[in-house]
Amino acid sequence: MARTFSIRRQRGFTTIAMICFFALYLPIAVLVFYSFNAGESLASFEGVSLRWFAKAFENQQVIDASLRSLQIAAVAAVIATIAATMAALATTRTEPYRGLTLKYAFINQPLMIPEIVTAVALLIFFARIKIWTGYSGLGYLIAAHTAFCIPFAYLPIRARLENMDLTLEKAAADLYATPWNAFRYVTLPLLWPGILAGFMLAFVISLDDVVITEFVKSAGQDTLPTYMLGQIRRTITPEMNAISTLFLLLSICVVTVFFVVNRKRV
Amino acid sequence: MAELNAIEIRNVSKIFGFGEFAFAAVDKASVSIRQNEFFTLLGPSGCGKTTLLRLIAGFEFPTSGDIMLNGENIAAMPPFKRPVNTVFQSYALFPHMTVADNIGFGLTMLGRPKQEVRDRVAAMLRLVRMEALAGRRTSQISGGQQQRVALARALAPQPKVLLLDEPLSALDYKLRKDMQIELKRLQAETGITFIFVTHDQEEALTMSDRIAVMSSGKILQVGNPREIYDAPTDRFVADFIGETNFLKGRIKSVADGVADVDTPVAGRISATVPQDFHAEGEVTVVLRPEHAMLCPPDQPAACQMTGTLENVVYFGTDTHYHVRLSDGETLFTLREQNKPLQSARFAEGDRVGIALEANAARVLRN
Repeated sequence: MARTFSIRRQRGFTTIAMICFFALYLPIAVLVFYSFNAGESLASFEGVSLRWFAKAFENQQVIDASLRSLQIAAVAAVIATIAATMAALATTRTEPYRGLTLKYAFINQPLMIPEIVTAVALLIFFARIKIWTGYSGLGYLIAAHTAFCIPFAYLPIRARLENMDLTLEKAAADLYATPWNAFRYVTLPLLWPGILAGFMLAFVISLDDVVITEFVKSAGQDTLPTYMLGQIRRTITPEMNAISTLFLLLSICVVTVFFVVNRKRV
Repeated sequence: MAELNAIEIRNVSKIFGFGEFAFAAVDKASVSIRQNEFFTLLGPSGCGKTTLLRLIAGFEFPTSGDIMLNGENIAAMPPFKRPVNTVFQSYALFPHMTVADNIGFGLTMLGRPKQEVRDRVAAMLRLVRMEALAGRRTSQISGGQQQRVALARALAPQPKVLLLDEPLSALDYKLRKDMQIELKRLQAETGITFIFVTHDQEEALTMSDRIAVMSSGKILQVGNPREIYDAPTDRFVADFIGETNFLKGRIKSVADGVADVDTPVAGRISATVPQDFHAEGEVTVVLRPEHAMLCPPDQPAACQMTGTLENVVYFGTDTHYHVRLSDGETLFTLREQNKPLQSARFAEGDRVGIALEANAARVLRN
């Protein structure tokens, strides 16, 4: 008789786990490995070198695209996080009512509608606005990124709010805190890890987007992913690997910072 | 002129839901709570006592009726404007603040100068004997200590009234006993009116100056612990507080507040009638178990009732006897204090008589 069922003791558990991890990480490992290739090939390794990193840093297009990506991601993530925080407060700090679930669905719309549909819709919609206003700056990309980032920011914030003891806000009100002060001194500090998680997630999602960006961007508005997509259609050199490696490093940094900050707060 | 009441609940109702789902959590309740009083709202869960407390705190607003605080109607005032503070059942300490910051929160929100807040926090820490833990996070202290911090936090702004929502229910027995004494001490030292909510009748009896017993949103009886225990006016109050025997009977005559009641099982009994109550016809008479004694059944002059002893339960300080009365239905409970080295006078299965103490029986309103 098994006293406690342990999935780890099941036959084949280790094998399956190893296969999964290989499938997940082997391609990435290969990509990173070849970013240090001294030669021009993605297939034969000819010695260790940082030349492709140097080349990427010298490439003005890469630098421009990277800065644009970061700029869009930062602005979109900030706006999305603020909107998501307000939406999360509005949907959790209320008695449940008919239609609340529908509102969840509306807020999370970008998770459900295929990205390509949104992309085409935005392309047509923004084209109209461009004709009316004559404006063709980064605003369209930022607006589009903000929209699809909102649910990613919303989910962790809402989760945090739902786990928060509502009595704490009552206690604050009982202790002469006006609704704003209760939010400022009690809700917000406790919500902060959720907001941070939402922001990070939104930031990374925005940084990573290809489909919507590809449709919405005007000429000369390449972000890093769309630039890379464009390059891959031509000749692939380990420069792409080097850029990807840097991109990966940035993601790891963002996630690490998040974990460190979060652990300190709890 | 008489001193203003600390709190006056005037015909307050709180109705939740609409139409056929409407439900009165508090039903036309009226009660006056005096200055510096330790007042307890007692009742089973769902009786409306916590809702009434929340109405006073301002977390709910009454559907109708007025709540007067020192003569001012606060029924529609938001909680952060009411000079009352609450000790929550779950304590609700702010987890991201230190013990000292928690205690100082109310005064800081009131915009008091930093130095005053610091002094007051120090005084509060002394009052609840927590000086050593001022810098700790609230997650790093025990349940009993959290309880003290919650008390200090609510007392720090010197509220007119302190509301306590079953604050001791999460503590173990020993700690609860200590905190009961502590609460009485704090009330005496601060001179603040305490309104205490509990479902624990023993806690209510030992701590309160006065008690209001609630059931289904209604306040059934208000009185000091002795009145509530010795002179319950309602069947619910008598049943909820302590163990009780109920006997059915018919009023023969009433004179000077004492009724002559004819009961099928005990014959004629003299029973006190509640004030302002016109007793006639079929009534219920209540008798506390400690106001009756066992006696030999062969002395009919001393014993009003006879029956068969079904059960003897030894409790250390006293022994409980359950007697099946001669009508074969009623199970009468009585309690006798144990004497040193006393052997049991009666055994299970014996025929016994029951003698009632004078003035012990009371007629109930319902």
